[in-house]
Amino acid sequence: MIRSEILKEIAPILRSQLVVCNIGIPSQELHAIDDQPTNFYMLGTMGLASSIGLGLALAQPKPVIVIDGDGSILTNLGTLPTIGNNAPGNYILMIIDNGSYGSTGDQPTYTSQSTDLAGMARAAGCARVVEVQDKDTGPALEEALASGEATVLVVKCDSGNAKMPVITMDPVVIRDRFMKAVAG
Amino acid sequence: MNIDKRIADDLAANGVSFVTTVPCKQLAGVIEEIDHRDDIFHIPSNKEDEGMGLCAGAWMGGKRPAIIMQNTAIGVTINALATLIQYYRMPLPMLISYRGELREPVACQVEMAVHTKALLAQLNIPAYHFHWQKDVEELDNILKYTFMCNKPVAILTDANFWGGYGDQ
Repeated sequence: MIRSEILKEIAPILRSQLVVCNIGIPSQELHAIDDQPTNFYMLGTMGLASSIGLGLALAQPKPVIVIDGDGSILTNLGTLPTIGNNAPGNYILMIIDNGSYGSTGDQPTYTSQSTDLAGMARAAGCARVVEVQDKDTGPALEEALASGEATVLVVKCDSGNAKMPVITMDPVVIRDRFMKAVAG
Repeated sequence: MNIDKRIADDLAANGVSFVTTVPCKQLAGVIEEIDHRDDIFHIPSNKEDEGMGLCAGAWMGGKRPAIIMQNTAIGVTINALATLIQYYRMPLPMLISYRGELREPVACQVEMAVHTKALLAQLNIPAYHFHWQKDVEELDNILKYTFMCNKPVAILTDANFWGGYGDQ
């Protein structure tokens, strides 16, 4: 499965949750599959989805699901120790690990070779780290939500992108409707 | 006057309850003060752009954030400032140790100091330079201004403000 197929499958789970979605094609895919006011789309700033989600989870009690990528985590590796030492039980970091920089032309990342993100998350102090294959994402995500524990979920899948339109919504509109959904 | 306590008191009085820090020797006292307080949650960052992500999330979650960092961090946060904090119009007080200014003993620090105000000006980020300890009296107004306009605002605090850098 590729990322967009996983997103389609888990859309019913994501719909009722606060979601912080990674820059580029992941946000375009989620926006096209199931746009919700509870989705925060990153239009820039590669690497910071996990950090934005962590700040959000620490600031309020609702569950927060971050949809991140292997390339973005590698860009901001310092995030893993911060998560490992601070993440509250309402924080789920789902890393769609397709071994490539999808938004820039599917160039391989180091997770396609020797690098193990689940192992790095454990070494950084993250207590609940789960690695699954693409087809098992839905049940693993529901388990993470039910566990009430901070979870790093590494989803191994194929490289590839769906052709989706660029998000043209104004960033302040995205942010404003998201904040209303957070507070609502 | 205990300058570290004064700064933390002003942050708390303005509702700032989420502070991330990347340390600097000049900021050690204020970071320690914030770490000990019950009314402010302190989360150290490994890099300043990561810290800006944390602050953006905390603000969307209903908390008033702040970041405490060194001016060298301007070099690594320009993208986060432009495409996250400014693009989504978010408030972010940045208490910045202004290394490389008067009474600086480390020559390399001057290399970023000479770019600091120019970079902030290029980004249209309001910047305030605290040189004398009494300049801290402006902090309360600066924090109110930041959360009024939903912009990043820089407070540059040099070695003279902190009473010298070890050798004085």
